[in-house]
Parts: sequence; C-alpha cells; structure tokens
Amino acid sequence: MGWLFAIAALATVALFLAVVHRPLGDYMAWVYSAPKHWKIERGIYRLIGVDAKSEQTWQAYLRGVLAFSAVGLLLVYGLQRLQWWLPYSLGLPAPSEHLSFNTAASFVGNTNWQSYSGELTLGYTVQFAGLAVQNFVSAAVGMAVAIALVRGFTYRRSGTIGNFWTDLVRGTIRILLPIAAIGAIVLLAGGVIQNFNGFTEVSTLTGGAQSIPGGPVASQEVIKLLGTNGGGFFNTNSAHPFENPTAWTNVVEVLLMLVIPFSLPRTFGRLVGDKRQGYAILVVMGVLFVASFAILTAIESGGMGTAPQLAGGAMEGKEQRFGIIGSTLFSTTSTGTSTGAVNAMHDSYTALGGMIPMLNMMLGEVAPGGVGSGLYGLLVLAVIAVFVAGLLIGRTPEYLGKKIGPREIKLASLYILVMPILVLTGTALSFAIPGVRDEVTSVSIWNPGVHGMSEVLYAFTSAANNNGSAFAGLTANTPWLNVTLGLAILLGRFVPIVLVLALAGSLAAQDKVPATAGTLPTHRPQFIGLLTVVTVLVTALTFFPVLTLGPLAEGLL
Amino acid sequence: MQLVTAAPGAFRKLDPRQQWRNPVMFIVWVGAVLTTALAIAEPFLGGPASSGGTAVPWSFTWAIAVWLWLTVLFANLAEAVAEGRGKAQAESLRKTRSTTTASRVTGHYDAVTDAGAERALLQAVSSAELRLGDVVVVSAGELIPGDGDIVWGIASVDESAITGESAPVIRESGGDRSAVTGGTRVLSDRIVVRITSRPGETFVDRMIALVEGAARQKTPNEIALSILLAALSIIFVTVALTLNPIASYAASPVSITVLIALLVCLIPTTIGALLSAIGIAGMDRLVQRNVLAMSGRAVEAAGDVTTLLLDKTGTITYGNRRASAFVPLAGIQPGELSRAAALASLADPTPEGASIVELAGAEGVEVTPSGGEVVPFTAQTRMSGLDLSDGTQLRKGAGSAITSWLEADGRPLPSSVIAEVEEHTEHISRSGGTPLVVAIKAPGVPPQILGIVHLKDIVKDGLADRFAELRSMGIRTVMITGDNPLTAAAIAKEAGVDDYLAEATPEDKLVLIRKEQDGGNLVAMTGDGTNDAPALAQADVGVAMNTGTSAAKEAGNMVDLDSDPTKLIDIVRIGKQLLITRGALTTFSIANDIAKYFAIIPAMFMGVFPGLAVLNIMGLHSPASAVLSAIIFNAIIIVLLVPLALRGVKYRALSASKTLNRNLLIYGVGGIIAPFVGIKLIDLVVSLIPGF
Repeated sequence: MGWLFAIAALATVALFLAVVHRPLGDYMAWVYSAPKHWKIERGIYRLIGVDAKSEQTWQAYLRGVLAFSAVGLLLVYGLQRLQWWLPYSLGLPAPSEHLSFNTAASFVGNTNWQSYSGELTLGYTVQFAGLAVQNFVSAAVGMAVAIALVRGFTYRRSGTIGNFWTDLVRGTIRILLPIAAIGAIVLLAGGVIQNFNGFTEVSTLTGGAQSIPGGPVASQEVIKLLGTNGGGFFNTNSAHPFENPTAWTNVVEVLLMLVIPFSLPRTFGRLVGDKRQGYAILVVMGVLFVASFAILTAIESGGMGTAPQLAGGAMEGKEQRFGIIGSTLFSTTSTGTSTGAVNAMHDSYTALGGMIPMLNMMLGEVAPGGVGSGLYGLLVLAVIAVFVAGLLIGRTPEYLGKKIGPREIKLASLYILVMPILVLTGTALSFAIPGVRDEVTSVSIWNPGVHGMSEVLYAFTSAANNNGSAFAGLTANTPWLNVTLGLAILLGRFVPIVLVLALAGSLAAQDKVPATAGTLPTHRPQFIGLLTVVTVLVTALTFFPVLTLGPLAEGLL
Repeated sequence: MQLVTAAPGAFRKLDPRQQWRNPVMFIVWVGAVLTTALAIAEPFLGGPASSGGTAVPWSFTWAIAVWLWLTVLFANLAEAVAEGRGKAQAESLRKTRSTTTASRVTGHYDAVTDAGAERALLQAVSSAELRLGDVVVVSAGELIPGDGDIVWGIASVDESAITGESAPVIRESGGDRSAVTGGTRVLSDRIVVRITSRPGETFVDRMIALVEGAARQKTPNEIALSILLAALSIIFVTVALTLNPIASYAASPVSITVLIALLVCLIPTTIGALLSAIGIAGMDRLVQRNVLAMSGRAVEAAGDVTTLLLDKTGTITYGNRRASAFVPLAGIQPGELSRAAALASLADPTPEGASIVELAGAEGVEVTPSGGEVVPFTAQTRMSGLDLSDGTQLRKGAGSAITSWLEADGRPLPSSVIAEVEEHTEHISRSGGTPLVVAIKAPGVPPQILGIVHLKDIVKDGLADRFAELRSMGIRTVMITGDNPLTAAAIAKEAGVDDYLAEATPEDKLVLIRKEQDGGNLVAMTGDGTNDAPALAQADVGVAMNTGTSAAKEAGNMVDLDSDPTKLIDIVRIGKQLLITRGALTTFSIANDIAKYFAIIPAMFMGVFPGLAVLNIMGLHSPASAVLSAIIFNAIIIVLLVPLALRGVKYRALSASKTLNRNLLIYGVGGIIAPFVGIKLIDLVVSLIPGF
C-alpha cells in the first residue's frame, strides 16, 4: 500500500517534469543565447556600470563572479551587524560577528545553512534586503557558471566564454523572477502566509500566552526552493505550517526545487546542438534520484524498534500531514538538489535512513544538484568518465568534440578533490584540536557517541556541498562551527567555480574534433551507466570509512 | 629469467630520489619505511599495539612491512624488466658506434672540379671528431663513420647492424637514396659523404637512447592519467589521515600500521606500479617491428589518427603494372596480337615487358628470341619494340606515339580504326589501367594496329579488408597518386580506400594535410623523398622510410627501418594498444578498491562495533589476517599483471562502443570480482600462520 503511494508520488513529480522540462529548458537556452537586451536589463547594466556587450575571457568572467559575491558577502554581513539601527528589525539585536559571517557566507554561497534561528534572530529588513536578494542572485550565479561551462563545449577556438553580467541579470530577471511570481501565488493559494504583522500575542486554550510570528513568508519560500537555497523563514523550515501547510503544497515545493535542475540538461542539449547529450545527463540525474528515494523510503518504512512499531512507522521528527513518503520525497529532493530545506528532521531518521540524505550530498550534489551547480558538477564527472572510457578504447578522450588532455584532467581532478577534503578535514579537526574538541563534544553535540559524530559529519558535508540542511541535534552557533562551516561553504562554492570556469576557458579555446566511427558516443545507455558508476564509486570510495564510523556503525549495531 | 636479470635494477630503484618520480609508489615507499621503523620500535614501546579494539599478533607489523617493501620492489621490477628488454638491443647497437677511423677531406672540398675527392688531401681522424658539414671518403670494406648524405658516388651498403636485414642496399648520390647511417659498412665502390649529424646525436645514438628508455618522455595521456591518479591518492591520503581523529571520538583509534595498510590498498598502486613499464614496453613493441619513434607523443598520436595518407605505389599496389589482357581490334586474331606483343617485349627488361611475355605464355603463345634488332624505349619516341631480320617492325607504346609512327609515311590511318583504338584506350583508362597500343609494319602490307595490351595496377591482396577494418576504427584512408583522376578513381575503388588525391604534387599533399587538420583530424603519412619533408613535418605522425633522404628522416617523427609503408597500420594499432593497456589497468586498479574496503573496513572497527561483521562478506578469518591478506593481494597482483603490461592488452578492431563494453567487462567487472576471490584465498593461507 505504502509502495503504491510512493510510486504515485514519484509519478506525479515525473509527469510534471516531463511536461515542463522541454519548454523551460528551451526557454533557458534562448535566455542565455538571445542577442537582444531588455530595456530593464540595459538599465541595470547602466546602474551597476558594467559592460554587457562584449564577451569575457574566463578570467574576466571569474573576476565578475568573485567580485559580485564578495560585495554580496560584505552587504549581508553589514546588514546583520547593523540590524539594531535598521527599520522593521522587530527590535532584534545584531547577531554576533561569527554568526553574521556564517549567515553571510551561507546565503552568498547558495547554501543557506542556518546557524541562527530564523524568526528569532533576523528582522524583515535583513530577511528582505539581505537574504532574499541573495536567494535570487546566488542561484543566478550558479546557473551562469553552468552556462559558461556549456559555452566551453560549444565555442570553437574562442578566447571568451560569455558575459557574466548578462548571464547573471538575465537568469534573475527572465528565469527566476517570473517562475517565483507564479510559484508564490500557488503557495499563497495553498495557505502559505504573506504579511508584515510581526509577532501576534495570543492566549491558548490552556490559558498560556503564545507569540505567533508573521511575515512575508510566501515570497521567501518560493525562491528558497526555486533557487535551491533552503533557508527557511522559520527555524523549523518547511515543517512549519506557515511555510508548508498541506500535503499538496508539499508536492508543489518538491516541484519548485526540481524544476530548474531537471530542465537544465535540456538547455545543455539545446546549446550543444545535440539534445541526446542533454538527456544522457538527465537520465544519470534521474536514476540517482529515484534510487536514492527508493532506498530512503524503504529504510524509513521498515523502521525498526519499539516506538516505530507502536506508532505504525518511524514517525519521530516527521509531520503527520506529510507522512513517511511525503517526508522522504522532500528529503531526497532537498538533499539531492543542494536546497537543504527540510519538512522532517533528518536527525531523527533511522540510523541508516539518515545516511541517505548524507550520501545524496556526498555525491557532490549532482542528483540533480543545485541550480547550475548540479549540471556543472555532473559535466565535470562526465569529463573524468570520458577520460577513463577514452583510454579503454585506445583514443585520446574527447567529449562533445573537445579533447580531454592534461589540463582538463588537472582541473577536473582538483574539482573532485575539493569537497571530500573539506568534509573530512573539517570533521577531523573538530575532534582533533583539543580545545575545539571539548567545545564540540560538550556544547554542540546533543547525542554523544556515534550519532554525535554523524551530526558533525553531516554539518560539514552540508556546508562543503552548499546544501544547508542539518542533523539538527547539533548546536552549530558556536565560534568554531560558525567560522569553519562558513569557510567550508565559501571554499566549497567558489574553489569549484574557479576550476569550472578555467575548464570552460580551456575547452572554448579548442577546436572541435569531428566525430568518427572511433569516437565514443556519449548519449547511449553504455555511457550513462558508466557515468553513474563513476559518480557513485568516487563517493563510495571516499566516504565509506567515515560512514562506517557513523550511520553504518549505528545502524548495524 | 628476465626477472632474475632485472632484480638488481629493482633494488637500485629503491633510492628515494628515483622513487619520488612516481608519486603513487612513493607513498607506498614512505609507508614501508614507517612500518619498518614501527616494527623495530614496537618491542621497546611495550609490545604490539591493538588496533581498533582488536588485538593483533606481534608479527603483524613485521609482516605488513615486508609486504610493503615487496610491493615497492615488484613495481621497480616491472620497470626494470621493461627496460631490460631494450638493453640487449642497445648493447648491439653500441658496438656499431665504436669509434672508427674516418678519412676526412682536409681543406676545401671542391664539389665541381673534384667531386670524387680524388685529388683532395685526406686525413685519418677518429669518427668522434667529425663535425657537422665535414666531408669524408669511404671505400669498400670500411664502416661509414657518421650519418650523412652521399655527395658523390654509388655503393652497396650493408645496413644489417641497424635494420637486421642482411641483403645489402644501394645508396647513391642525388635523389632519395642518398642518406647513409653511421655504423653501416660499404661493401663495394667508393663514396664521398657529407656528415649531417653532430657527434653524440647520430641516428644510432638516438636509437640507443630510445630503446634503453632513457629518452622516454611522458606522453600527454600519460601525464593526464598521472594527474588523475595523484588526485585519487590525495583523496585517500586525506581519508587515512582524518580517520583516527574521527574514530577517537566515536570508536577507538586504529594502529598506524593498519592505517598505512588501508592507504596502500586504496591508492591505485596496480596502475601506479606498472605505468612506466607500459610506456617503455610500448616503445619496445615499435622497436621490435623495426620502427623508431622519435617521441612518445608520436606513438600516442598514432593511436588517435583519423586520416591515413597512403602512397599508391608500393603501399596499395605492387610497385609495377602488369599486363592483364590483350584487346585485339576487330578482324585481328587474338593469337596474332599476343604473339606480336610478346615479341616486341622480349628484350624489354622492365617488369611491364616481362609481364606481357608471361601473359602471352599463359595464353599458349610461346615466343623464342630469334634475333632482330631491339628498339629500346626513349622519352622522345615513347615506344619500344623489335625490328625482325625479315624487315617486319613491331612496336608497342602510347596510342599517340604509335599513331604518329604509323602515319610517318604520309598515309593516315582509317578513321574507323582510330575511333576503335580510342574507344578501347578510354575504357581501359577508366578502369584504372594503362593502355599499350601494339602495331606492326611488315613489308608489302599496310601498317596496322593489332590491338591494345591492358596494363593494370595490381592492388595488394587483403587491403580492402584492412581498410574496412580501419574504417570501423574511425580511420579514413586517402590514396595519394601521381596518376590521372580517372585511373586514380578506379584504383581507389578497387582497393577500397575512402578518398584519393590524383596527380598529386608534394605541395598538394601539404595542402591536403593542412585541410584535414583544420577539420580537426589527425593525419598520418609515410614518405621518403626530400620533397616529402614538409608534408612529413606537418603530419601529426610522419613515418619516414629508412631508405629515404636524411631530410625526410629529420622531418618525420618516426623512422621505419624496413621501409614498409603498410606498417603505418601496425603503428596505429600499437598506439591504441598503449592507451588501452593503461586504461585497462587503471580501471582494474580502482575496481579492486571495493573488495579491499570490504576486507579492511570491518577489520578496523569490528572490535568496537561487532555489528560491522555483516560487512565482512568474504568471511575472512580475523582482522589481522584480513588486513594482511589485502596487502598481499595488492602486491601479488602487480607481479601477475607484469606480463600484461609488457605485452599490452590485445587490440581488436571493433567499434568504440563494443571495445568499451568488452574492456569494461574484463577489467571493470573482472576488477571487482578478482580481489574478492584472491583475498579470500590468501586469507585461507594466512589464517594458518599462528597468531593471525
């Protein structure tokens, strides 16, 4: 019975995406390649004083990304530190320096890890002018970088890879804003709140006093999901009834998270002039996503122990209105897309079940990954897969007509190095430095022992992969975790971007090699299978030992 | 046997300065040093440690240390064996290099008045003292003192020291056969040679460096692969380094020995150990086929070639045309034509002439020499033949030449005859043949055209199949010929090449190569003449024939000592094989990690988390035996794969998809399964050791 429901839920999602990905994917391809600027866009270019006409080298493109993000980082940090003096601050004080840094890094890095407690820390101004803006533009940055990499494949003997400012502005204005507007209306219709009421004091039936927060939730909610950001207005995120009131808004929210990541492969296929290439990438994403959902649902549905048996299911930390499948679908989507929103507490999942969201992130956020980052992450893995396959067939490897030589492999190798090193060293240092260890084990970890280790591992995995979800038992608002997680977010976001743009530049400079009978086709099931195996294997080999010390040890006891 | 001779070399390579060049094996080397130090220190530090909550026997650290050293040694051994194969060849080459005495022309060499250097002053100097541009005289029986071009004379030269071919070859000044190699012996006559190489940079010197592996540069794909392997190693080093701090909180820390064992098992040691052996062996396979690659890059490029330019003559067809049919004109008896043609060719020494006599014989027309006067072929008359003693004149030659000969006395031939001849010659040309018109002038009879001999280029057997094979590998073949487009098209069709370039000049060749390269193709070609040099240099793979000029040899990036143009196809094969062998062993190496994890990970933490025993799917005896077995497997697999690395993975001409499927199945799936079986078997033996 449960299975039928799971399949029905999945089929609903699949059906929607099957219908929407084509027009949206084609539309996005047009957005990024159309020659004409809109009037409002030209106004923005004049306002920020950038040249949107000429194409940029990869270095110039990168400088644009980094400068823009650095300004964003300073702005969000400054707004928080000055909160006391800002209007609509709801009387909330400025958060500490390390918390402000963490939050700024988190939102600029499209991560939305929340060490703060949403409604209790930040007022409307910071939420709107700081966080909501970043929710849009950090997502647009991710998409821009992905498109730049795709241009690397389409351009021939070119010194340039596009113009960052056009990509950024068009992504925001032509893609994110219109979809967000539609999505917000749908969510409003579903019961998500939108007001500026501040806190409303009510007396409860039992006679107690309760302070109920209000706020512009729907507008925040929609871009939180659409831009795979994940930072909720409320601390409990999408489990909060004001953010996600019913089972059907739950499905809408899942779709908002998936719609751009699953449409970008179509855009990719369009731009490279071979839609089959896009579908190959799409299938890899889809297979990993469905497999992950199936495993998580199976584990959670079969949850063992006395309490789950009495309750008729492992319902700890899950909302009654979503049930197990509504929760696992949301978790898979949220961790598979680097969103990090939650409608159930991952920390309370069964031991092995909690490992699945972690694994989704450890895959490097490619199933289907964040907006843009999922596509470029999988394309980098495709470069590695093509290299191995090329050796196996006895030819210098080529992907989409571009030769994969030492420089490309160097960049791709460095890319896959970054995330595991951040996750493992971050986790290890938390336990290795004596003073830090005391703080982490006494203040941060809620559940000592194996599960406590998992909480720290989850935190660094989430940060380095720009996901933002948490094993919420961990108290992350400490100087050590705020600073290191903030750094992990920034390095996990921008070091790969540097490498991806360098790769784009290196590919764009090449001429195209014509395909012959000796060229490995990269759209057939064979390559799809190989790419899937490479993706899983790289993750498994890297994280198997540390997982045995965490969820595996806990689950197999 | 090879292993024994290579053993000392393997130990010499333990020097860290040498080990450092191979990062993956250097990590193993460091691990071996560390575990050895630990093994020595342990008794003083309170006996063998326990690891991950499980006690280990006292001999554990020692056993791991020994097997780590063996792992390093096995890798060195593989490289030493590969190098050893070239050493013997280098030795015999070195003998030819031994200093000889050269007769150097002192003072000015006058190429105009005294080209033969008969009157020049000669000075005996050691061959090591020869400089670029020196002129030397070499007489019969002497060794040629250095690489150079013959500026005067003709000689038969024994080049067996270099090519292994015992039949002497003719070398002469001017033209495409003027290059001579130092260390070869002049058998007859006297030649004057201008030296074209600096001391220490001669052909033989380069050859020695190549076969010894000293001059081996890493190829682009090898570099890319090394980077990928290094990246994987860095990930696994991070995994190993971060494991204990994390374990110290949730479980109990693992001993350093076990950590090192885990690390060594995970880093891709199999491919790391064999990578350089594969490269050296690949070059060696070329040398065994008598091809010298001047750079490893060229060998690899050969595997990527998408367009092959093949000279028609010698490569696609036999060098000579052969008579394939007699076409008599209307009213002429077939026997009459073949008899006349055979008679006219009796004294013709060319292979074409001989083939006409042969064909006539095959048709039952035997002619015997009966005197008469031979009329040889000249460029002016463009025909040859025989004047019999009875006054009968027989001629064969190009149609226009014969017609004007027949019409020499003023009476034109009937237009019907001319039309008929033209029809036949046209037809023959169209089919790729060369028409040879045969005519007779007998006393008292009007001169008469008897018919036409159809000369044909004979395409070598089995070529069509080979070209089809190349096509399936994604390689396009283009035939280069000086023939007219009509003939070229016909031969191209018969041979099964994809395209042809007719009436080709060296400039045309260069243009064609540039055009192909602009389209992103990689071009391979062979050539021997000086006028081929620009094209050879432009091509991605240029194979110069050893018989060719030194300009051609300089321009190409490979030299074929056998001067066999069809060898290009073998070179492509070897290039591909090289890449596949690397890819296969990389895939195998990484696939092995899965089984090793299932051996080591449960062993590490089973003491603290007994539940992890379910991961011990191989049912290994004890944690200590599991770790040791994995390490032993890791070392032994290197030795087992040495033959594969040296021989290369078998290459079949299949489509890319099929090749990939096949190799993924063998080395990917095989690489996952093999260690499960291997480690289990080794564990059965290790469990017999007391304490494990």
